[in-house]
Amino acid sequence: MPITINDQSHELPDDPRVSLLDFLGTHIGLTGTKKGCDHGQCGACTVIVNGMRINSCLSLAALHDGDHVTTIEGIGTPTDPSALQLSFVEHDGFQCGYCTPGQICSATAMADEFANGWPSDASDSLTGDIAITPEEVRERMSGNLCRCGAYANIIDAIMDTVTAEKEAQS
Amino acid sequence: MKPFDLQRADGLAHAGQLCADKHTAPIAGGTNFVDLLKLEVETPSTVVNINPLPLGGIEETADGGLSIGALVSNTATAVDMRVRENWPVLARAILAGATQQLRNKATTGGNLCQRTRCYYFTNIDQPCNKREPGSGCGAIKGVARLHAVLGTSDHCIATYPGDMAVVLAALDAQVEIAGPKDSTRTVPVRDFHRLPGDQPWKDNVLEDGEIITAVTLPAPVAGRQVYRKVRERSSYAFALVSVAAVIDMDGDSITRADLAFGGLAHKPWHDPRIADLLVGQSPSEALFDKAADLLLEEAQGYGENDFKIPLARRTLKAVLAEATGVKP
Ligand SMILES: Cc1cc2nc3c(=O)[nH]c(=O)nc-3n(C[C@H](O)[C@H](O)[C@H](O)COP(=O)(O)OP(=O)(O)OC[C@H]3O[C@@H](n4cnc5c(N)ncnc54)[C@H](O)[C@@H]3O)c2cc1C
Ligand code: SF4
Ligand code: FES
Ligand code: FES
Repeated sequence: MPITINDQSHELPDDPRVSLLDFLGTHIGLTGTKKGCDHGQCGACTVIVNGMRINSCLSLAALHDGDHVTTIEGIGTPTDPSALQLSFVEHDGFQCGYCTPGQICSATAMADEFANGWPSDASDSLTGDIAITPEEVRERMSGNLCRCGAYANIIDAIMDTVTAEKEAQS
Repeated sequence: MKPFDLQRADGLAHAGQLCADKHTAPIAGGTNFVDLLKLEVETPSTVVNINPLPLGGIEETADGGLSIGALVSNTATAVDMRVRENWPVLARAILAGATQQLRNKATTGGNLCQRTRCYYFTNIDQPCNKREPGSGCGAIKGVARLHAVLGTSDHCIATYPGDMAVVLAALDAQVEIAGPKDSTRTVPVRDFHRLPGDQPWKDNVLEDGEIITAVTLPAPVAGRQVYRKVRERSSYAFALVSVAAVIDMDGDSITRADLAFGGLAHKPWHDPRIADLLVGQSPSEALFDKAADLLLEEAQGYGENDFKIPLARRTLKAVLAEATGVKP
């Protein structure tokens, strides 16, 4: 079965060694997803597979037959950016921008995790309602490092969008 | 990465037959295995994709426990409402490990079988008896901050790095295993990982061709459940010391003290003498110190990790104080 990336179908590579990250960047030319460490330790390569955020560097492309992958290119475009992307611009949520695609993919999936009521290490209760607080967002985004240290603005950008989404839902 | 052949498992028996070859290994989430393939620590000739196997469900067992399939993601386990309500310590341990992206891919079986984070093991230019039998142990007399203080040998002082299995050991969960010839067996988590002895390359009791199919939790028990993980930073870091505890009290008397420890040994550490000491007693700081004395009776530091011995004592005492309500 082929792999679907941002609603387009692609054939998987023949070489089983190709990571999903390298497949995106060098095989099909989607260079938005970034390689930071290539070892699962930075989050720059975060993409969304079947609704869940993962590190594309630690996943073999050949194992993704039939999967639906969303990359930063599938989240928004320069002419039609997502609300979160606009919020990153508004809050200066980046400096060099290298970690940003990973941050945005990660936070986009994180919003669904909040909506599902999934707890995190920062949640006081495992079963009660979870308030969207900066502390929760910091813990949930801790898989995305930023070498420029733009964290304060990244958290502001995300907080604005996820709280607005929650208000819109209720 | 060395070239390898990728096979897809068509059923459990097929997976077992393929993996019976010692140069063949299964891959689940890949969050540990792909890393080690890149580092050429793992150099299999064939890799078997076990993800098509129907091992992705969480089901209640006849005696009120829970069977968690080998391919269930760590996230799916941690957010399962039955786990959150009845075995909260398991959800806590998973949420305290790795990152959301990693937990979304990491599986029950892969998490149990994840390899040590010893820096010599992951660097193929260094000696390591686990990776290359007979080459020596770089960590003994070397950089050993993450390393073990209990159950070590002259051949290897590595730790089992995971969090989930420490809780599974405290809860006395069972590992369900399928063999290559349709055989099955059940091994307590407490006996699943090995001590290094003179065969440090064997992390656990799995034989070639054996695949983990599930982990079974016993029925929930009453009591306070605590997982405390001490680490260098609160994300991405493995435990220096961790303590999993299920403690119950009747009035002023301890009636249950199921404990296991991470970061101290080549396996989640469980010492039945500690429960024997604590049960029937009234909690006090003096009692907690005696429990720590037992735990650490034979502890041995290797320089850089000497700090783990007092740290384990303090962490155990803090967890016992929290779970029994005694002020330390
Ligand atoms: C940066 C980073 C930080 C991390 N931090 C933590 C942490 O704090 N705490 C923690 O506990 N873990 C941590 N991890 C480890 C992570 O939890 C493991 O990589 C993960 O659980 C492995 O599961 P997997 O399904 O991806 O296994 P894989 O990588 O697919 O496999 C791992 C091993 O298990 C074997 N295997 C897999 N499934 C089976 C099966 N069913 N039967 C038999 N053998 C099997 C494979 O052959 C392989 O040897 C971290 C990892 C990274 C990269
Ligand atoms: S402690 Fe074990 S894993 Fe580390 S170098 Fe020594 S033998 Fe290898
Ligand atoms: S490039 Fe994948 S986590 Fe760093
Ligand atoms: S903006 Fe430069 S790494 Fe985050």
